[in-house]
Amino acid sequence: MIGYTLRRLGQAVIVVLGVTVLVFLLEHLIPGSLARAILGPRASGVEIAAFNRANGLDRPVVAQYLTFLSHLLHGNLGYSYRLNQSVDSLVVHQLPNDLILVGIALALALLIAIPLGVAQAVRRNRALDHVATGAALLLYSMPSYWLGLLLIAGLAISSHVFPAEAPQAASAAGVLADPRALVLPVVTLTLVNVALFSRYMRSAAVDTLAQEYVRVARSKGLPARVVLTRHVLRNSLVPVVTLLGLSIPAVLTTGLVVEYVFNFPGLGLTYFNAAVNADYPVELGITVLVGIATVLGSLLADLAYAVLDPRVRYV
Amino acid sequence: MSELVEETVRVEPVSTSVGTLHVPVDFTDVDLDTFRAPDVTSERGGQSFVAAFLENRLGIVGLGIVVAVTAFCFLGPLVYHSDQIHANILLTNRAPGRGHPLGTDANGFDILGRLMVGGQSALEISFAVALVATSFGALWGAVSGFTGGVLDAVMMRVVDIVIAVPAIFLLIYLATVFRPTVPLLIIVLSLLSWLGPARLVRGETLSLRTREFVEAVRVAGGRSSRIVGRHIVPNTLGTISVNATFQVADAIIILATLSFLGFGLPPPAVSWGGMLSQGTTYLLDGYWWEVYPAGLIVMATVVAFNFLGDALRDSFDARLRER
Repeated sequence: MIGYTLRRLGQAVIVVLGVTVLVFLLEHLIPGSLARAILGPRASGVEIAAFNRANGLDRPVVAQYLTFLSHLLHGNLGYSYRLNQSVDSLVVHQLPNDLILVGIALALALLIAIPLGVAQAVRRNRALDHVATGAALLLYSMPSYWLGLLLIAGLAISSHVFPAEAPQAASAAGVLADPRALVLPVVTLTLVNVALFSRYMRSAAVDTLAQEYVRVARSKGLPARVVLTRHVLRNSLVPVVTLLGLSIPAVLTTGLVVEYVFNFPGLGLTYFNAAVNADYPVELGITVLVGIATVLGSLLADLAYAVLDPRVRYV
Repeated sequence: MSELVEETVRVEPVSTSVGTLHVPVDFTDVDLDTFRAPDVTSERGGQSFVAAFLENRLGIVGLGIVVAVTAFCFLGPLVYHSDQIHANILLTNRAPGRGHPLGTDANGFDILGRLMVGGQSALEISFAVALVATSFGALWGAVSGFTGGVLDAVMMRVVDIVIAVPAIFLLIYLATVFRPTVPLLIIVLSLLSWLGPARLVRGETLSLRTREFVEAVRVAGGRSSRIVGRHIVPNTLGTISVNATFQVADAIIILATLSFLGFGLPPPAVSWGGMLSQGTTYLLDGYWWEVYPAGLIVMATVVAFNFLGDALRDSFDARLRER
């Protein structure tokens, strides 16, 4: 286990380094140059040269990459010339908002999807299963913004149950102070994730139900409820834990779209605005963060899998 | 699949001796194709595959919708003429009625005709992406899994790295750096979509490369490129085609999302996501025809491809079970 953990950690470090190389290369894809993009088309050659000198952009590419890496290691994600603010401070201000949105939505999604998946597996091919599978497929097949728009049209425009816009406070406390406005973005993100998780939960529970130990538990007379909670549920949760770690990219993608649709003050919306304004440092800084989050998620998923399922042994 | 493999191997007298390796045979004049891997479209397999597919009602529905949407987008404009180039400010935001079955949008474009034109680019790009990404990914996975060792580790780390950054972030970034065009979108979407098939095919290759028919080719002196190209890749065709179907669905969603966010093909190009994004502006005015038709056609098309993919997978599974 220790050997496996170390090897898996080493792999993760390599992948994170690869992500930084990728992002560094992306920065050099900018047409013209970063200096031209930031200083604008009217900047003179002298000004561009001065900018390059000041930011070390006149040095060899490898040296530039090493500087970039050392900045990252020191927690410096770059500087937004458009917002006149460091990317770090943007992240520090907005990450809590994202954690609220994504955290509540993921928690709700698991609370709904886990019992739903088990119920579907137990009543396989009955009405409940068909309805839930159909609903999951529909949710899975629609762009997440379309779901958000339907919710806005139904619950905010036709009937004024919830506001169409997310809380517009800058701080996490302000976001939490306006729970009604949080409902629609959270519901959108939750439904998309329920569709994803319940499919996996169902198939994991179907697999578990077919196991010998479930039959033994039943035949020795354990009540159905105990069999379900103690044997089926616990064993089916292992793949879902893995899925949770691996679902980070999907959750962040949906998060970006949901933040755009509901104008939620989070990093996804900031990324969108940065893209509209060609604010490359913000885009790249957030991309690095997202990449690292994804790598960490899959690392934790693998390690959690090894811990949770003692039958899994890594050499 | 393994049973059919053995069957094929047993029929060939040469390969039997190769399998057990005790009869020295001069292979110089042996046609290597006698070691051909079982063809996934072989007659027996083919029949039961079609039979299994025809039993799947949802698969038929999916196929029907895919055919209908494709015909609607590409043949529709031949029958139903509408001007999608010149805006008409005298015709803006008309409700559905005579002459405009689905109404008009804020620029006076006919919505029904616009759905057809928007679907053309969506389907063209998505099909191309599925084709390019799946072929490249399959080849990458097959080479990686077959070679093993350091090359495998390096090739798979490359996959890990690109997969680590969610596609939408890279797509939006690249759309701000370059001006999106159809070929560029195909290339970029493919660059971000080949990773799934690469992992899948590598997994299958790891189990295929120890099979007898691969051993047979190797013993007969077949080169690695031949083993990968004529034996491993054809044997993963089931996985590949199922995956390609889902790739089309994913590409349609991600394209619709990109153009909804405003990073798709620039005007005058038409896209379903762009129509939705424009229509959203008028949601408060109750111009439902500018939002719902575009949203529904995206959803129906993606559902259809998902049905089709599920049905293909079930049919391949059923065929494997029968053997």
